[in-house]
Amino acid sequence: MLTANRLRDGDVLYRKGSGWVLMLSDGEVYREQAAADAALAAATAELARNEFVAPYLFEVREVGGKIIPVKEREIIRAAGPTVHPHTGKQAGQFHA
Amino acid sequence: MLNTLIKPVAPNMYRYDEFDAQFVTERVNQFAGQVARRLSGELTEDQFKPLRLMNGLYLQLHAYMLRIAVPYGTLSSKQMRKLAHIARTYDKNFGHFTTRTNLQFNWIKLVDVPKILRELADVEMHCIQTSGNCVRNVTADQFAGATDEEIEDPRPLAEIIRQWSSLHPEFVFLARKFKIAVGATEKDRAALQWHDMAVQIVKNAQGRVGYKVMAGGGMGRTPYVAHVMSEFVEREDILAYLEAVLRVYNQDSRRDNIHKQRIKILINTIGPEEMRRRVAREFEELKRMGTLQLPQDELDRITAYFAPPKFETGLPDTIPDAGPDFANWAATNVHKHKAPGYAIATITLKTPGQVPGDATSEQMDVIADLMDQFSVGEVRVTHEQNLVLPHVRKQDLPAIYAKLKELDFAAPNAGLITDIIACPGLDYCDLANARSIPIAQSIAKKFENLDRQHEIGELKIKISGCINACGHHHAGHIGILGVDKKGVEFYQLILGGSGAEDASIGEIMGPGFGEHEIADAVERVVNVYLKTRKPGERFLDTYRRLGMAPFKDAAYEKVAA
Repeated sequence: MLTANRLRDGDVLYRKGSGWVLMLSDGEVYREQAAADAALAAATAELARNEFVAPYLFEVREVGGKIIPVKEREIIRAAGPTVHPHTGKQAGQFHA
Repeated sequence: MLNTLIKPVAPNMYRYDEFDAQFVTERVNQFAGQVARRLSGELTEDQFKPLRLMNGLYLQLHAYMLRIAVPYGTLSSKQMRKLAHIARTYDKNFGHFTTRTNLQFNWIKLVDVPKILRELADVEMHCIQTSGNCVRNVTADQFAGATDEEIEDPRPLAEIIRQWSSLHPEFVFLARKFKIAVGATEKDRAALQWHDMAVQIVKNAQGRVGYKVMAGGGMGRTPYVAHVMSEFVEREDILAYLEAVLRVYNQDSRRDNIHKQRIKILINTIGPEEMRRRVAREFEELKRMGTLQLPQDELDRITAYFAPPKFETGLPDTIPDAGPDFANWAATNVHKHKAPGYAIATITLKTPGQVPGDATSEQMDVIADLMDQFSVGEVRVTHEQNLVLPHVRKQDLPAIYAKLKELDFAAPNAGLITDIIACPGLDYCDLANARSIPIAQSIAKKFENLDRQHEIGELKIKISGCINACGHHHAGHIGILGVDKKGVEFYQLILGGSGAEDASIGEIMGPGFGEHEIADAVERVVNVYLKTRKPGERFLDTYRRLGMAPFKDAAYEKVAA
């Protein structure tokens, strides 16, 4: 998948089509490396729009029909801090 | 709040003069302009990043993080209330006190930063030099001005160093960050020897007060304890001497390898003797020019800001009897004050299960009330992520304790095994490899039985989520370092470190433990100590006597523990 942070508030974004969504579950999974590379190239080209920063690809796996990041870091970015479950996307909190 | 009629008290601390106020206002306006230019696209991220870092603004996992300087850990009640207000208005209602005695907000929006900086400037606070390759927030002994152990209050010198090093034209673009601490007692509560540079206020054989200067301490990937640069620097020469050390570092440090850019690497590469020689040469040059003397009247002017409060006389000099829970708290969290009838009270932000160093807006507001009502409007932030009420009447301690209980900040554990330092770790930090906070919570819960904590005695656990060591794991009696192995968190144990006057670098035990194994491994290590200690030995003493082997055997369950 492809992720970035929104410039104006830092919120975590996931690529979907030619745009971005706020929830990992709504994001696009690239099953082919070529598709992932193309998405990253497109996002990199869009950096000049100054809407998001630092796009990068990360690995996910499918567990029981759910998409889950391979690395703990991305699990936490997708949900929020494990120590404050009342904050972050896990609590339904997004920056407006 | 305790009482909405509580009148804010203006403590004796440094107050901005016209120059300071104008300087901070101009800096806020400058950064507001830079934020606007970034949002409009006039600045790219690559251009903007060093500018935001110079203003304490990081991009972390979930949002921007803003780090606010708390010089030498001293906060007024007015400032504490402002921090509570910012947490409530711009963040998610809590802030995090750090090992650099700063405060971090973890959920900041870039668009709000100019407003926040203006709010901070209203109470004489800022974020300047809380990140970037410059001299960072100067820290000091949290008992400064209150303990009878000190030669003199170290905060005036810390303030002078802060002023000298703020936007110093020669030292704004150092090879790497540079941390300075100041102490004035034999007992080191400020981890002096772990700093890039540290000043200890001392008396020489003639009884004259001056400064012992150390340099080259540091944690991170390559830990070192500082070397003494000079046993005694005269008062008027201190800035020239510190400038000489920084000048040698700035000129001679490597800038080609990020892992070799700190002063500790320079000193341990060329050797402390050669470093002292180079510093002496620069110092002589600075002395000869005579442009960087610290005049006594300027020292007196700054010292006057920190004049001791008017202590009442004739107060009862005993701690009241207010039940066993209070007595437990007083035994660990109350320390001797220099004035009869007064005490120093430590508020540990470490009730087992809490996030070390976190405080909500409501908790900050009530602490501000406690500061006004009981401690001349002042609190200190400690590098151990606690708060200290520096000047409280002993007779008021039960009332303070009762209020802290309501806040859930009354844990009687200062210096005990549950008083754990932990960096934000992978729950927030972009650099982290593993989470720190949940490990601190699980260990604190495992040892929350108070009798057991007291039986164990002084034991400092320090946890970092990566090699950068913001959680001071090298200096923990038991240190824990989180590492990433193919996306999974593991935790290495490190034993025998100390951040106190007996500073030492901890030794890595061996392969890491899993997230759900580490607290049990710590328990097995502690059990070895309990079985093998001699009377009066702390954990650290027993470790130093026995070495790693018995602890390692127990931790990896090669023997029953």
